Amino acid sequence: MTPVKLYPPKPEKVYFYGTCLVDIFFPEAGLDGVRLLEREGIEVVFPEDQTCCGQPAYTSGYESEARAVAESQLALFPEPWPIVVPSGSCGGMMRTHYPALFAGTNSEVRAMEVAGRIFELTEFLVHVCHLQLEDRGAPEKVAMHTSCSARREMGLAETGPALLAKLGHVELVEQARAAECCGFGGTFAVRHPEVSAAMVEDKTQAIEATGTKRFVTSDCGCLMNIGGRFEHQEKPVQGEHIASYLWRRTS
Amino acid sequence: MSVEIYTPQAFHRQAHDALGNPQIRGNFRKAMDGLMTKRRDIFNDWDLETLRELGANIRLRALAKLPDLLEQLEANCQANGIQMHWAEDGDQACRIIREICQARGAKSVIKGKSMVSEEMHLNAHLEEAGIEALESDLGEYLVQLNEQTPSHIIMPAIHLNTDEISDILHDKTGTERTRDVDYMTAAARQQLRERFMSADVGVSGVNFAVAETGTLCLVENEGNGRMTTTVPPVHIAVTGIEKVVEHLRDVAPLYALLTRSATGQHVTTYFNLINSPRKRGERDGPEEVHLVLVDNGRSSIYQDDELLDTLRCIRCGACMNHCPVYTRVGGHTYGTTYPGPIGSILMPHMLGLEATQDLPSASSLCGACGEVCPVKIPIPDLLVRLRKEAVGEGRGNVLGAGVKRNKKEVAAWKSWQWMATHPGAWRGGTAIAGKLQVMMPAKLGPWTDYRTMPKPAKTSLHALMKRHRQEKES
Repeated sequence: MTPVKLYPPKPEKVYFYGTCLVDIFFPEAGLDGVRLLEREGIEVVFPEDQTCCGQPAYTSGYESEARAVAESQLALFPEPWPIVVPSGSCGGMMRTHYPALFAGTNSEVRAMEVAGRIFELTEFLVHVCHLQLEDRGAPEKVAMHTSCSARREMGLAETGPALLAKLGHVELVEQARAAECCGFGGTFAVRHPEVSAAMVEDKTQAIEATGTKRFVTSDCGCLMNIGGRFEHQEKPVQGEHIASYLWRRTS
Repeated sequence: MSVEIYTPQAFHRQAHDALGNPQIRGNFRKAMDGLMTKRRDIFNDWDLETLRELGANIRLRALAKLPDLLEQLEANCQANGIQMHWAEDGDQACRIIREICQARGAKSVIKGKSMVSEEMHLNAHLEEAGIEALESDLGEYLVQLNEQTPSHIIMPAIHLNTDEISDILHDKTGTERTRDVDYMTAAARQQLRERFMSADVGVSGVNFAVAETGTLCLVENEGNGRMTTTVPPVHIAVTGIEKVVEHLRDVAPLYALLTRSATGQHVTTYFNLINSPRKRGERDGPEEVHLVLVDNGRSSIYQDDELLDTLRCIRCGACMNHCPVYTRVGGHTYGTTYPGPIGSILMPHMLGLEATQDLPSASSLCGACGEVCPVKIPIPDLLVRLRKEAVGEGRGNVLGAGVKRNKKEVAAWKSWQWMATHPGAWRGGTAIAGKLQVMMPAKLGPWTDYRTMPKPAKTSLHALMKRHRQEKES
């Protein structure tokens, strides 16, 4: 069930939190997210000192390390503007887990305040910007993989498809077991590589079976995992972050 | 089919074997797809979230009053003529049951389905004492014939397909080889009927024990529970202490959640409410009814306000049915009585983290288990909590806390922490591709067996944003 959340009117300014995977592996996705927001007339502030939300250590059980890193990030958003994150898992970490991570510490109030301002990018584009898109791309079919964090932790299974539906020439194809995890899970893919591999194999097969040559996702972990599997098999299916896909087709 | 002993320590090897076994993978995929569909379809006409909220609250209320409710249950059961026994661990529970059997000179025990009896290895214990224990749930009967343990808590033989079951029945009981399910069911029924009639003692589990009325509730589909609890002259019910609920009225919503979550049924074929032994003038029912309440690590879970949520579980198995890991590797891979997500948060308390350290990490934290749990156990959060315990970052309340902590991993996370809290160093690092691997938490070997190596981009987002800002300003 989608959590009830009241959305603010479109603001003049937002913070953009790029996430470490975007920063290192998919920087264009981050920039495209920024461009989509700027095109809506929003001024985007990118705090220079942002690094990582702390999730990898948190889900591995290394809470002190996670807290130290998260604490350094809490200081980056002094103004009361929304914080837009192009990732369900980092967004979920900051919105859902920060309050628990800082419970009983001096930063608890700050963490809750920041958590209340976290928006995943597609969520923000749909519910705050009420984004309208003019599709300039050629007609094509595309599959969407919604990350488990976006789907279950943030309750955002609908926002990605809602954006794709605004592209006039794009047909969203249905894949088998769309809600099933792709097998990334951060360090899970390293700790249980064979199980993870079986999961991503099924995911790539399901996407391939739709006949599409393209899939989009709003999480770079899934993109790295699913896209990496397609590439390893030398399959012609291309993956893209949804921000890049939307920007590319409408600019 | 060979007899294999599965252990949680061998999770990785067992997962490797299961993943390489197309039979196992096919059986589980098909079964879990079916169960997921059935659950989804049956909750259509219900306000699922309202019912889950109610179920969770009933369980939380019962747990909040657990010591008092157990005393109330004891008093009311005794008033009804049920004899009460308390066991601190599985061994003690086995001894109690054996002594009850021996006091009646029992030679054969017929069993209804009971996961607690699996947990305490009751069958082996009774057999050592010269008492034969036969499983009467069809799935349990099949795995017992096959010298295996259950691979699922609701559907113990779900890892077997029709052909394998035909082989087992043929090899062990001499039935004809066939794919005719009705024939096989009828054959098993015939075999079990005779054993019900001749058994000295019936042992069953308990789904809900009602404190208010001293009632034992038993949910089942095959009638084996009803036969077990009414035909032999002695009925011994065995249950974990957490199965108690406060009121009789609490049972209806929990039952609705249990059957829908487990097998996608509105109701089961049988729902037994057991209040007492046979009363004067009654035509059936046992002469003696015993209830054995088993702790076996549960009260240590109870001490911790987070881990306590584990005890809400009503044993529906929905978390297994929806877990992408369980679906691929099957229940035996976990090597524990309770497999899947609930097993991964329950078994560390029973066996300690040293034995079970690979289980809490055997989840991608996709959240499917928490999403379907009928009593809203925050399973993903508890998995993370146990990961913390395993690396010595928790409260130290779990047996074997800290066992997984190793210097190499700590050093890796410390260096990651240093990078992520020194923005200048981070920007420098992200700007220089190739130097990034030092920040990775572990080697990428296993990753690249199945996927291409992720390539750090030539220009980081930090650098792109800097350029973007300059372009806008100029």
